[in-house]
Amino acid sequence: MENLVLSKEKLPEMLTEIASKYALFGPIEENGVTSFKHISNSQEINLDYLRSRISPKDLIFQQTETLFTFSKGKEVKVNTPQIDEAKRVIFGIRSCDARGYSILDPVFEGKREGDYKDPFYTKKRNRSTLIGLSCNKPEVNCFCTSFDDSPASMKNVDILFTDIGEKYFIDIVTEKGKELIENLGNLFSKASEEDGEVRERVEQDAINAITRHMNTEGVVEKLEKMFNHELWQKTAMRCIGCGICTYLCPTCHCFDMQDEATLKEGARIRVWDSCMYPEYTMHASGHNPRPARMNRVRNRVYHKFSYFPKNDKIFACTGCGRCIDYCPVNIDIIDVIAKVKEAKI
Amino acid sequence: MNNKERKNHQYKAHSAEILDLKDLSYDTRYFKVKFVDPNIQEKLGEYKPGQFAIFSIPGVGEAPFSISSTPTRQSFLEFGIRKVGSITEALYKLKIGDKFDIRGPYGNGFEMDKMKDHDLIIVSGGLGAVPLRSLLLYACDKREDFKNVYFLNGARTPEDMLFREDFMAMHQREMLETHLTVDEDPKGDWPYHIGVVTKLFEKIADRVNNKNTYAIMCGPPIMYKFVIKELLKLKIPKEKIFMTLERRMKCGQGHCGHCAIGGVYTCLDGPVFTYWDIERLKELI
Repeated sequence: MENLVLSKEKLPEMLTEIASKYALFGPIEENGVTSFKHISNSQEINLDYLRSRISPKDLIFQQTETLFTFSKGKEVKVNTPQIDEAKRVIFGIRSCDARGYSILDPVFEGKREGDYKDPFYTKKRNRSTLIGLSCNKPEVNCFCTSFDDSPASMKNVDILFTDIGEKYFIDIVTEKGKELIENLGNLFSKASEEDGEVRERVEQDAINAITRHMNTEGVVEKLEKMFNHELWQKTAMRCIGCGICTYLCPTCHCFDMQDEATLKEGARIRVWDSCMYPEYTMHASGHNPRPARMNRVRNRVYHKFSYFPKNDKIFACTGCGRCIDYCPVNIDIIDVIAKVKEAKI
Repeated sequence: MNNKERKNHQYKAHSAEILDLKDLSYDTRYFKVKFVDPNIQEKLGEYKPGQFAIFSIPGVGEAPFSISSTPTRQSFLEFGIRKVGSITEALYKLKIGDKFDIRGPYGNGFEMDKMKDHDLIIVSGGLGAVPLRSLLLYACDKREDFKNVYFLNGARTPEDMLFREDFMAMHQREMLETHLTVDEDPKGDWPYHIGVVTKLFEKIADRVNNKNTYAIMCGPPIMYKFVIKELLKLKIPKEKIFMTLERRMKCGQGHCGHCAIGGVYTCLDGPVFTYWDIERLKELI
């Protein structure tokens, strides 16, 4: 399909149009922190953001999800909720975060015959249309290009918007994206050859602005031989086990299930959990197969750079750089992988 | 569970009624239950020995438990439950006739068809007797499918020994050859062996046919290392040594991450693993 452009003035109109037909989600700034929320009014949206503090994975894999509610009388009554089936549009997602969804898909959608599918995730995922927004000015710790991706990548979105000055250049990537654009009427005009050139230049400039790089070549094989290397103990010496890396990560997907209840009623809730906490693997008997912080730090790196690529042929890292920016003790995953590469075995 | 149900599972548990309760020891209780809906009972009766179910008590939470009964007797399910946490505490408050919810069965279970026409060496330690009882009862009910069945069972003290009468009854009916041992006998009235479970291998070693034997074990983490040594001494091939592992679990469906050992999930790929599989896994115990 041919490419389109949208003049920036018309963006609010487009968003209002989308919001009237779909549940619209986008980046909103509240108290200086940008995150993805449901939008009712296009004025709220903040497109100056670079990277939301919390990744938009929580739009699909919610931080807390009510699995069912119950009332307790003589007999316990369980009520299974209707899963939200509204068609959604996620506007302004960055390529790294869109890639995060693609990494989560095999976990929740099941990859083998007979695997369990998670209806909460799959329904929201299948009903979401992703409108990506290219990063013109990447953050200092961005490294998406290390995963064969780009700040203006079309790989994991349905539509991609790129800011080319007075207007947005629009790449329509999938059928789903095409359907959405067709639904929005005559807001768009044809992109000129020059618009296309500007878009390419913007992408190239953004790629050039990415200074950090993770070299993952041979890392899966190297990690095979490094399970007992001193690197894990050394890295763990610094870690305080706060778990922020896992909460902000667009590919971390562990959850706990807990009951919230009064004497009369309550709900079973699924809530994000983190493998950085000792209780995560603790048996009721008190035995813990991952007893020390070293085991947990190592597990995080292995899950993303060994187990995941071995099972699903993809690194469970998108290069978003959040875990680097927000680690309170400056543990830097690029640095850890560089040390893996250098390590003598 | 068929594939369609797996696609839309939503953690749905089914109501089950307690038919019988019995204390197996000072801290472990026997639960005999039946699903209220007869269709569910029939469907869930198709589990395999070694699989587990997740109990749900709304307001308290969920926990996984090994199934201790055999699918060859389909009208009920049995469990052996040790009181160690909040969910088991809530279970201990229930009486005969009370109801709670169960979902499952989950996990791979033992490959009983593969074991056909073989000798079985079944080694249990402590609470390991609960899941292995399923396999033992299965082997007794289909006795002609298996050759010699040796059962080596260890516990800390005579009071910790679970299902002792069940096992000795099977022994007396010559369904299987049972050897029981305890680490300590404080009262001094234990009629069987005293010592760790690996000592019992002396009783059967000269009769083991390593060309035609499967070994199956379940017990506390420390037991595995020593039992494996004995089995390898008997030259049982690594892929014919089965063991069932325990992990903290939440979803039972390979999503929540808790039970992962390296790249495998205990709830989907296990809890039954062969020693050949396990040798490649790290942080096993």
